[in-house]
Amino acid sequence: MTALLRIDDVSVHFPIRKGLLQKQVGEVRAVEGVTLSLKRGEAFGLVGESGCGKTTLARTVLRLVDPTSGAIWFDGTNVSGLRGKALAPYRKQVAAIFQDPFSSLNPRMTSGQILSEVLHVHAFDGSIPDRVSELLSLCGLAPRFADLYPHEMSGGQRQRVGIARALALDPELIVCDEAVSALDVSIQAQIINLLEELRVKFGLTYLFIGHDLSVVRHLCDRLAVMYLGRIMETGTSDEIFSSPRHPYTQALIDAVPAPDPDGEDAREHVNLAGEIPSPLDPPSGCVFHTRCPIAFSKCATDVPPLQRLGGHHAASCFAIDQNKKTTDPKIRNAQSQ
Amino acid sequence: MPLLDTQNLTVSLTQDGIETPLVRDVSFSVERGETLAIVGESGSGKSVSSLAIMGLLAKALQIQSGRILFEGRDLRHLDDEALRQMRGRDMSMVFQEPMTSLNPVRSIGSQIIESIEENLGFSRSDARARAIDLLKEVGVADAERRLKQYPHHFSGGMRQRVMIAIALAAEPKLIIADEPTTALDVTIQAQILDLMARICKDHGTALILITHNLGIVARYAQRVNVMYGGRIVESGNARAIYNAPRHPYSEGLLQSVPRLDQDRSIPLKPIQGSPADPFTSISGCRFHPRCPYAADICKQEVPPFTAGVACHFPLTADTLEPA
Repeated sequence: MTALLRIDDVSVHFPIRKGLLQKQVGEVRAVEGVTLSLKRGEAFGLVGESGCGKTTLARTVLRLVDPTSGAIWFDGTNVSGLRGKALAPYRKQVAAIFQDPFSSLNPRMTSGQILSEVLHVHAFDGSIPDRVSELLSLCGLAPRFADLYPHEMSGGQRQRVGIARALALDPELIVCDEAVSALDVSIQAQIINLLEELRVKFGLTYLFIGHDLSVVRHLCDRLAVMYLGRIMETGTSDEIFSSPRHPYTQALIDAVPAPDPDGEDAREHVNLAGEIPSPLDPPSGCVFHTRCPIAFSKCATDVPPLQRLGGHHAASCFAIDQNKKTTDPKIRNAQSQ
Repeated sequence: MPLLDTQNLTVSLTQDGIETPLVRDVSFSVERGETLAIVGESGSGKSVSSLAIMGLLAKALQIQSGRILFEGRDLRHLDDEALRQMRGRDMSMVFQEPMTSLNPVRSIGSQIIESIEENLGFSRSDARARAIDLLKEVGVADAERRLKQYPHHFSGGMRQRVMIAIALAAEPKLIIADEPTTALDVTIQAQILDLMARICKDHGTALILITHNLGIVARYAQRVNVMYGGRIVESGNARAIYNAPRHPYSEGLLQSVPRLDQDRSIPLKPIQGSPADPFTSISGCRFHPRCPYAADICKQEVPPFTAGVACHFPLTADTLEPA
């Protein structure tokens, strides 16, 4: 299978300007040398904490932010240089679902108007009202929802409208930026199942950005763990969760409490010390070395390259060979079943 | 005598002359030194019931009935001044968003020192020394220098540490933490919750931990109240509820969350529909429109809370669906 989306050594830096002449005094290195490729039909996850660059990378893919260097290839075309009208075909093929449907839906438009607008702008050939009902029903909403305003719907229903809007133009790729994070637990499960169902039905490709590891593992075939703009580890969900090799991935997995009191009592917790450094002034060498429990002198000076570990698995850490700790035995067993 | 004993608490919102109950007939108690978790989704009444205990209800919200006994004293019969003295000294609260609970134009130090002077009657210099000790205890490095800084100089996790220091200042017997880590990153969340657990253990402080995260409950709480539609639908030992939930809502919640300790191909079983809206009247059990086991009686009669569960047909080991 060929790659549908290829992110090729992309860096995104934002200048910081000060003073009357707006002189550049520094820059935020939000994304630094990220290379990834997404196969057609797969769900790929990007996980990490605040400031790790996952949202900036997603916005770069959506062409809402220009990469400082590197290129974005979609279906064999370099889309990072496209502007204006030349972007229109790309915009049809790539859609987005955002975290908070309340702020991403126009409060003065009914969901029917919201969906029609997208179809209208992209000159949909066919009956727009029919397509609107079809989209609503695909997302589990009755036709009467076309007449409701966002404030008349619950959070889950609004997110369904957000998903219907993303589906409107039959896209190939959907970027889901924390698409289920703002929802109540019981509703989150409904939306996760809906996203999975739609992906299978239409052969969609997802770039799924999330901070909840359990959700990302559940939805995604492969994922990348980011920290301060760089990829720390990437691989299939099974590779990463059954044998995480980067100390940051190990700490992240360890920090997630499982809904199982017996398992939690039996598990040893080692917390990461310290805070996430500012992306304004990221640490030298490996960006994680200031919090890393196994860092040594080289980590403070050299940037570890992403090393292949077999399969899809790769991690950027100098101590990769020594650090073969697997996670919680329960997780390991669940994987091998 | 339990430390806190809430009996048949009902809290209503009055708006345009219409009373809407947000907390309905809620009874629970907290023993000294224990951690009780309250779980529930939006509109379940978990935050409103704890604000009622703290005497911090907004004007439009009123306690309609019930008793809140703290060490045997009914808080509803205390005047504002007596209640103000209890807050901080006997019980204190940690909120979700520390940026909005700290005063942005005053230094961290002045805010901690104020609460120490107020609650313990310390002199300024003693209060300052105590503030430094507190900051050290909650893991703020370089405490003397940081006292002079303002909330915006602190990261989210550090601000929450400051809130915990303020809550701890007078060594209260009870801390209510309302989604204390929801706004924080997962590695910081683990730091903060471990800190709270350690502090409560060291000082023998009871903790009410309000959360929607079932993993946090499993890791940190001994007992749990599950709330839905303003009521406690199930209550008991956390381990027992997780291993064999008796209320269909508890079962539904547990089956809704993706888990790292299970095979990722296990499909999620969401609860149908949306959480009960307090403004919509629902007859009988408020969960019945979403309940897969609902029968006619569930639509007509509110199930009484007996033996830890409020359900006409509580699940038993035989009826429980395999997880």
